[in-house]
Amino acid sequence: MKLIIKTVVKPGSTRANKTGAWRSFMPVFDHKLCSKCGICEIYCPEGVVNKLENGFFEPDYEYCKGCGICANECPKKGIIMVLEGK
Amino acid sequence: MSLLKPGHRGCAGCCDALAGKFVLDAVGEDCIVVSPTGCLEVFTTPYPESAWGVPWIHSLFENAAAVASGVEAALKAMGKMNNTKIIAIGGDGATMDIGLQAISGAFERGHDFTYICVDNEAYMNTGIQRSSGTPMYASTTTSPAGKASFGNPLNKKNMPAIIAAHGSPYVATASVAYAPDMIRKVKKAAAIKGPTYVHVHAPCCTGWKFEGSKTIEVGRLAVETALWPLYEMEKGEVTGVRKIKNRKPVEEYLKAQGRFKHLFTMEGGAEEIKKIQATADWNVKHFGLE
Amino acid sequence: MRHRMVVVEGSYAVAHAVKVCKPNVISAYPITPQTHIVEDLSQFAADGEMNCEYMNVESEFSAISALIGASAAGARTYTSTTSQGLALMHEALFNASGMRLPIVMTVVNRALSAPINIWNDQQDSISQRDTGWIQLYAEDVQESADMTPQLYKIAEDEDILLPAMACMDGFILSHVYEPVILLEQSLTDEFLPDYSPEFVLDPKNPMSFGAFADPSTYTEFRYKQEKAMGVALKRIEEVAIEFSEKYGRYYGGLLDGYMLEDAEIVIMAMGSVIGTIKDTIDMLRKEGERVGLLKVRSFRPFPADEIRKALKNAKVVITLDKNISVGKNEGALCTEVKACMYNNRDVLAPVIGFMLGHGGRDIPISTIVKMINKAKLVEKGIFIESEFADLREDLA
Repeated sequence: MKLIIKTVVKPGSTRANKTGAWRSFMPVFDHKLCSKCGICEIYCPEGVVNKLENGFFEPDYEYCKGCGICANECPKKGIIMVLEGK
Repeated sequence: MSLLKPGHRGCAGCCDALAGKFVLDAVGEDCIVVSPTGCLEVFTTPYPESAWGVPWIHSLFENAAAVASGVEAALKAMGKMNNTKIIAIGGDGATMDIGLQAISGAFERGHDFTYICVDNEAYMNTGIQRSSGTPMYASTTTSPAGKASFGNPLNKKNMPAIIAAHGSPYVATASVAYAPDMIRKVKKAAAIKGPTYVHVHAPCCTGWKFEGSKTIEVGRLAVETALWPLYEMEKGEVTGVRKIKNRKPVEEYLKAQGRFKHLFTMEGGAEEIKKIQATADWNVKHFGLE
Repeated sequence: MRHRMVVVEGSYAVAHAVKVCKPNVISAYPITPQTHIVEDLSQFAADGEMNCEYMNVESEFSAISALIGASAAGARTYTSTTSQGLALMHEALFNASGMRLPIVMTVVNRALSAPINIWNDQQDSISQRDTGWIQLYAEDVQESADMTPQLYKIAEDEDILLPAMACMDGFILSHVYEPVILLEQSLTDEFLPDYSPEFVLDPKNPMSFGAFADPSTYTEFRYKQEKAMGVALKRIEEVAIEFSEKYGRYYGGLLDGYMLEDAEIVIMAMGSVIGTIKDTIDMLRKEGERVGLLKVRSFRPFPADEIRKALKNAKVVITLDKNISVGKNEGALCTEVKACMYNNRDVLAPVIGFMLGHGGRDIPISTIVKMINKAKLVEKGIFIESEFADLREDLA
């Protein structure tokens, strides 16, 4: 056994922690209203709003904490916050 | 995909996480990040996990600039400097209070690194205590508003001016609410040789008492009211400012936050708000914001 | 082997030893009596004799902090300080050892303020006992210099990875001119392997250093540090022998004995006072007194087993401390030696502690003779627990 504890940790390993469980409100993206400006992606503090192949955006609900910045900042009001479990 | 990975324990709507993400967006993979103690450090690295996709080190609260200068010296000595950017990212307490001496030393010695102050205007990690970055009349847990007090009685320390006085080739202010502007400035700071500095205004929903969804909105109001002027300084001279169209009165910024609530409920609050408006007016005049 | 002796200042001998260990980064802040070491190193750098970054930092706190960054980036690092400077580093000392960064530092031992005093005692390094740093104490200039490559070899061992202090008495060793052999570059290159840690701050393999540990993980960090100290116990002995095979000089590993075999009274001490004790023993042996010395070279890790073995035949043990834990009326060596004897029956000899040499007060042979005479009173049933050995009656 190595006597040295791994004082260093691996990059990006917080991905093991699925923060989607924190969410009480869930952002729902309405692609019909979307202008593909990408502001929702830029201002997501989790970095989990992703651009789809068709140019629209969707959050990764495994990690989205439901802060609502994307909904607040969307210039087209194309993201609405929906209470979880409804 | 951001180099600051998800799964971190930042609050929903966290300004520090946004700042960290923008910094990594600006500098890319070829960097080494040094963090002093603070929210960003704690919530990104709960052992044995790390949200950082780049090499990262945390040592202590007050020594990030010294640690960064040691990293730089080591890379230089071992011939590994190449194009690697060394970036320190500290909060207002770690930068303007306890870490000031180490920062002064590192800037005076002229190390090739960039220091980013993510200023959320109080010691948020320990529970919203006042720092020298706390603005006048903000209520914090150690400068609370009360029957005999409007909260923090002192003005915010002018940290960019202190760094500029060290002869830094590039000093800029930025805001998490203006991502493209912030990313451009961090990129520029990192590209310039020598010690450079970007002071980022970062509204903290938990500490300033507003909904997490409003982080960007509140940050924008600080700029639009001229309470947080966005400017760049090269070799001590202001070389660029972001002009404000249709400046808003400071009340719009203040009333969006619980930390200033008492100014609207206490007798005499309106008179005190005038002092804050005077700060904004001074910024407009001094930096030529209009 | 051909060795050429030269007469140089102790600080120069140490600086030269540092130079041949080829550190990548040196970071230091001036403080008496450490200054000559860093001045000499600066001169080596200015003369192009060292391929390293020499950082003139704004405080000891930044000196050690810069080395934390440099060491994590994979550099071999060095600093030197003393007294207030070491105290100022205190917080970062824990950090360096907790992150397992094998920084080597010469501590030029000096008293702590108040009252301010620039002369020698060992309160400074003793007060950093629990920071997780290896601590060796040198007897003379040659040993102070020779400790440097030894400590790099021990500290950088992949099963140890702990920072280390080479402690030398301020002025008494740092400013004295003694004939020494300056460490040969070629021998040192053979003796000391390159430092190549498994993980460094590297964009190609982006690991995180200094993560936040909660109650579910913190304990094991301390446990592994303790285990590493256990490995260091063995390596200090081995490296001392490897050093003697290469350079032909040996000062003991963890401990060293002098006239110990048949000694009834054994004096234990650390640092430059060892020389005076040896002279005293030589004198008393001529008079037929069975007095011996047990030099403690390693204070951290503390060689408890080895001390018990060495003291097996002792009738009385005297400990000398150039420090005091105020409120315990004892120096650290006294406390630790007593503690390592409890819970076993190997050694039943009483331990008498003497505190002396504070703030640079001279320790002449007469003071040591006086202590030995007091130790003899034990046979008559008069027992001193611990006391100051050199108080001035007019001031006390």
